[in-house]
Amino acid sequence: MNFLARFYGSSIGKKWIVALTGLVLVGYVIGHLIGNLQIFAGPDKINAYAAFLHSIPGPLWVVRAFLILCFVLHIVTTIKLAVANRAARAQRYAYSASTELKPAKKTMLLGGLVVLSFVIFHLAHFTARVTDERFHHLPKGEYDVHSMVILGFQNPLVAGFYILAIFFLSMHLSHGFQSVLQTLGVQSEKVRRPVTIGGQALAWLIFVGYVAVPVAVLTRQLQVIP
Amino acid sequence: MNLKLKVWRQKNAQSEGKIVDYEAQNIPADASFLEMLDILNEQLQAKGEEPVVFDHDCREGICGACSLTINGIAHGPSATTTCQLYMRHFKDGQTIFIEPFRARAFPVVRDLMVNRSALDRIQRAGGFITARVGSAQDANSILVPKKDADRAMEAAACIQCGACVASCPNASAMLFVGAKVTHFASLPQGQPERQQRVLQMVRKMDEEGFGNCSNHYECEAVCPANIPISVIGQLNRDYPAALVKDSVV
Repeated sequence: MNFLARFYGSSIGKKWIVALTGLVLVGYVIGHLIGNLQIFAGPDKINAYAAFLHSIPGPLWVVRAFLILCFVLHIVTTIKLAVANRAARAQRYAYSASTELKPAKKTMLLGGLVVLSFVIFHLAHFTARVTDERFHHLPKGEYDVHSMVILGFQNPLVAGFYILAIFFLSMHLSHGFQSVLQTLGVQSEKVRRPVTIGGQALAWLIFVGYVAVPVAVLTRQLQVIP
Repeated sequence: MNLKLKVWRQKNAQSEGKIVDYEAQNIPADASFLEMLDILNEQLQAKGEEPVVFDHDCREGICGACSLTINGIAHGPSATTTCQLYMRHFKDGQTIFIEPFRARAFPVVRDLMVNRSALDRIQRAGGFITARVGSAQDANSILVPKKDADRAMEAAACIQCGACVASCPNASAMLFVGAKVTHFASLPQGQPERQQRVLQMVRKMDEEGFGNCSNHYECEAVCPANIPISVIGQLNRDYPAALVKDSVV
């Protein structure tokens, strides 16, 4: 049997795959956030960024393909582990209690599924632009991301679902960051506390960063500049 | 004190079990949890009922034979073995759920007694060194740094009680396997078989149907031997390294 089959066939191998793909996805979440925050620097900046990304379709699609692969692997592997975990406790406790279980740990699966449904909507909404007719004739042309984002978030339902999904994403990351380091075996007793607190701080910084955009739109701090 | 007990009763591995209500009366607050069950059993026998079957041995907190999940926590509300849990931790009139350690890999034998030999089979798959080590060496003939000796000793404290599995939301045995792997991996005598040990123990662990650690750390909180979750980190490090060496090099 070759290495990959043995690795993926084992419990620890699957955990590694979830951790490694999770790490890639966290990196993407941070990169995406930096892209988003350019909206506060005005339309020229963020629209130029969008135009730049589309000017290099080769590398863009390589990165997209890699991210999709990681995303799918992260989910499929987690489902495999979760199914095995359910089976490992065939008979459940009549009285269940816990000493350590925090909301973030308890909602890893549920939160992950909320984020998944959001990602599908988000891609249809802003990437494929199939949900909103206005996105096909934006004031400043095809790459007018500035106007598109503002028009999109002016709908409170869209903004509300976005904020909810980012909340679940941050919950997911507040446990996930520390969990990745533990699974990859780089966490020691010495760094455990700073890693846990640092991971939670990073997760909620990500929340603030992402939510700043729809909040700024809803409070009219960001408006379409004709 | 008087207690309302909700005890899991199950005739054998094949039959369906259920929770049965009992009243335990006149229990001294200084009785251990197992002594409380002894008193309950005497009361049951006096009424001509079948006593509740549960595991126990040394009753000194050393052997790891006693089990029981008490109000949802393995070994109950103090991080000791069940035999070292005293009734003064409970309130008079309290309702207490007593269930067996639950895991597919730990089939119920009867009532609260489960078969934990899956852990023995994992241990047999590699949790030892093959060479006969003979009697104690002269001091300093094998040099072990203090830090490594402490780490090995900490991991070797595992008494294989299975509370980690019982408390884990996924019924994972990774704290147990991590402790065994860390114990030997920290010492010079464990090095020659280090690679095969971790590969074989993880394979056996997976075969036995234990779940997968999702870093909740319930195991560490209930472990009566205070095994830290860093042993799972060691397992997570050693396994891929051994697999790479075994299948690539």
